[in-house]
Amino acid sequence: MKSVHPVERTVDVLVVGGGPAGLAAAARLAAAGAGRVEVLERERAAGGVPRHCARGGFGGLTGPAFARRAVRAAVRAGAVLRTGVSATGWAGPLALEVTAPTGLERITARAVVLATGARERPRSARLVPGSRPAGVLSTGELQQSVELFGLRRERIGRRAVVVGSDPIARHAVRTLRRAGVPVAAVVADRPYGPRLPGPVLRGATVLELVGRGRLSGVLVRGADGRTGLLRCDTVVFTGDWLPDHELARSGGVPLDPATRGPSVDGGLRTLVPGVFAAGNLLRGVEPGTVAAAEGRAVADAVLAHLAGAPWPAPGLTLETAGALRRLTPGRLHPAGPAPTLLLRPEVRLVRPILMVRQDARLLYERRLPVLLEPHRSLRHPAVWAPDADAAGGPVVVTLTP
Amino acid sequence: MSVTRTGALPDTSAPDDAYDVTVVGAGVVGCAIARELARHSLRVALMEANGDIGEGSSKANTAILHTGFDAVPGSLEARLVREGGQLLAAYAEETGIPVEPVGALLVAWDEQQLATLPRLADKAVRNGHHGTRPLSAAELYAREPHLGPGALGALEVPGESIVCPWTTPLAYATQAVRSGVDLHLNCPVEKVRPGEGDAPHRLVTRRGVLRTRFLVNACGLYADAFDALLGREDFTVAPRRGQLLVFDKFARPLVRHILLPVPGPLGKGVLVAPTVYGNVLLGPTAEDLTDKTATSSTAEGLAGLRAQGGRILPALLDEEVTAAYAGLRAATGAEDYRIAAHPELRYVTVGGIRSTGLTASLALGRHTVGLLADAGLELGPERPLAPVRMPNLGEAFPRPYRDAGLIARDPAYGTLVCHCERVTLGEIRDALASTVPPASLDGLRRRTRARAGRCQGFSCGATVRALFEEGVR
Repeated sequence: MKSVHPVERTVDVLVVGGGPAGLAAAARLAAAGAGRVEVLERERAAGGVPRHCARGGFGGLTGPAFARRAVRAAVRAGAVLRTGVSATGWAGPLALEVTAPTGLERITARAVVLATGARERPRSARLVPGSRPAGVLSTGELQQSVELFGLRRERIGRRAVVVGSDPIARHAVRTLRRAGVPVAAVVADRPYGPRLPGPVLRGATVLELVGRGRLSGVLVRGADGRTGLLRCDTVVFTGDWLPDHELARSGGVPLDPATRGPSVDGGLRTLVPGVFAAGNLLRGVEPGTVAAAEGRAVADAVLAHLAGAPWPAPGLTLETAGALRRLTPGRLHPAGPAPTLLLRPEVRLVRPILMVRQDARLLYERRLPVLLEPHRSLRHPAVWAPDADAAGGPVVVTLTP
Repeated sequence: MSVTRTGALPDTSAPDDAYDVTVVGAGVVGCAIARELARHSLRVALMEANGDIGEGSSKANTAILHTGFDAVPGSLEARLVREGGQLLAAYAEETGIPVEPVGALLVAWDEQQLATLPRLADKAVRNGHHGTRPLSAAELYAREPHLGPGALGALEVPGESIVCPWTTPLAYATQAVRSGVDLHLNCPVEKVRPGEGDAPHRLVTRRGVLRTRFLVNACGLYADAFDALLGREDFTVAPRRGQLLVFDKFARPLVRHILLPVPGPLGKGVLVAPTVYGNVLLGPTAEDLTDKTATSSTAEGLAGLRAQGGRILPALLDEEVTAAYAGLRAATGAEDYRIAAHPELRYVTVGGIRSTGLTASLALGRHTVGLLADAGLELGPERPLAPVRMPNLGEAFPRPYRDAGLIARDPAYGTLVCHCERVTLGEIRDALASTVPPASLDGLRRRTRARAGRCQGFSCGATVRALFEEGVR
């Protein structure tokens, strides 16, 4: 007879999310002897988004192979990986409410690692006007339909339009083609960007979705201001990633206003003692390999916390200015190890100037000998961090053309 | 007692096989009328042009259970909204339709609106509502701390509630079908050949001819077109479009009541209201159109909504939009319903049911059955309706994913499929096997909330689709 009350359980580390970041964190923590390390994955299989990215670009592996390797590494290291299990809320500062087919649980941990990933902003949140027909997808749904459920042209659509300027738009086109769905056009809002396959309308915007029952077309305004209807029965809105921050936010974990992910310091500690965050929950999207690296990196601070290290003060807040859209981590401790920041520009920048100021002091200024793109992050070791005044105001990081 | 979606309609050519009553239009009003008819030993058909019930105006309203405080005093609408509101509140309790009596505040943003509030309080009294109360600006901001600056005061209207607009017609249809009504979907009526004398009317549809002795027009936006099939031209229906935005559940703590606009010379303004699913609703616009299929949102409409919403509740704009939709209200130019019995035709038109139709639906059902009896339909004795208990979609009430006992009995309720809305495999399985099953993913969404959340299917869309198309194994 199963219990009709939530089962109270205790673990050493609870990792929420079994994607690249969560699995990498669990593997390292379990290997380092962190005690019981448990990973909750709400999907039927662990591995995260790479599971349905049937392409290379994951450290020399395809997405599915990368996902399988991450799962194997975590399990081999001794982490407990539970799939089909959902953390639905908080029962205390380090305790989560969990729903599983085996019943309800309340799991209390000494450390919680949030690694809940990111999602694409859907059509509705983009405020794209028009009707609400079937045939409107995100890349996530498209890839799962094709790679996990084996759907092909007859089940997906006869003619597709892809919306987006980032490499993810390219992946969506390839997925559609693999499924046998012709792509009428890629509507890329930016006038520049990575190479995209097929007919690309650069600098174009989607004005309206048309169709009753099923999508029949997408009304587009081109860069020249002219509008036209692209006939299609499928449209894929790609990119524009948002952190899946529901659990963080509902637990009162403060967010970084620029990333909308949890505010973290160089150790990936949130502002709630004992709660850490890693991977694409921090900011939307970076490659799976980057998320995995953060998962490995978070283990250091988790182990220190388990060993009784005091939770550090918030430290200095890093603010973005100019053409810098976001950076992670968003807080630093001048006395601690200097973190490597991931800087993401708002627009394409040719040899921009990176400037770091605190109050009236210039901490760093350099012209970067690179081309920055809005779909890629720049890794910037914060060599200036020791010069920052721990008692001073926020540190402002600026990118200017 | 069946639901048909395809194939030929049942043979009604023999004199005894004709339906006693056919209700055309399975929106919230038609479903309520069919349910009321099911209390009697009659052969009843409910016909719907679309593939599901509640596919027209019913699925896209503002989801408010009105008190009727601001109806035109003495009008039929005022009476039916008052009666219907009480009936629906009790029915919701009995069947599990989520209702939250959050109350409404009519917020005055300028002196003119402030001066209007006492008149609205008087109007409420004339409509039988004595509970309204003026609030000072300080009281108002204490009640609604997130309200934008500049509000001068408000009129509190207790009893205004939020309700699930999807479960309500589904409960009616489910109960009607279980009590013996035949629901024929995908069945637009193309012609009506009125019966001579006592002969049944013949409804010509894509799925064959259906004979019926009495006929009810509950066609909503198309009530005038259906009237025309019987040679009546009593009124015309002009669609009035209302666009609405649904904000992320993180916006829900920003608002406690239904915030109603004060009607004024500049039109009606928009409301902000919580939803029973735990979101926040902003809208509707009011655009008089001619196209009865124009359920599209527009760039101007959405931008206007955001501008107004930002003044009412500035923090709303910091949250993501989960959905944008547009519904068409059946405007007839009259400040009242257009309900007419045509005894000589054995026909009742239930038209011009404006945005209050959801609230008034059960009273409209009773009223319509009364008109049919007056027109000669012999009702016979009443019998109890088959019981219904609807799956709960309301955030304020227990849901399966948190029900340890339920999960212990059936692990499918512990398996989350749609994570944003916390919809379980068990609920999806139940909906697919229900009395009136969904015909589309949208229909499944209205029965379970699956895919209605902030990710709009990014995470679960492919899985939900597979369950819908291939069944739950």
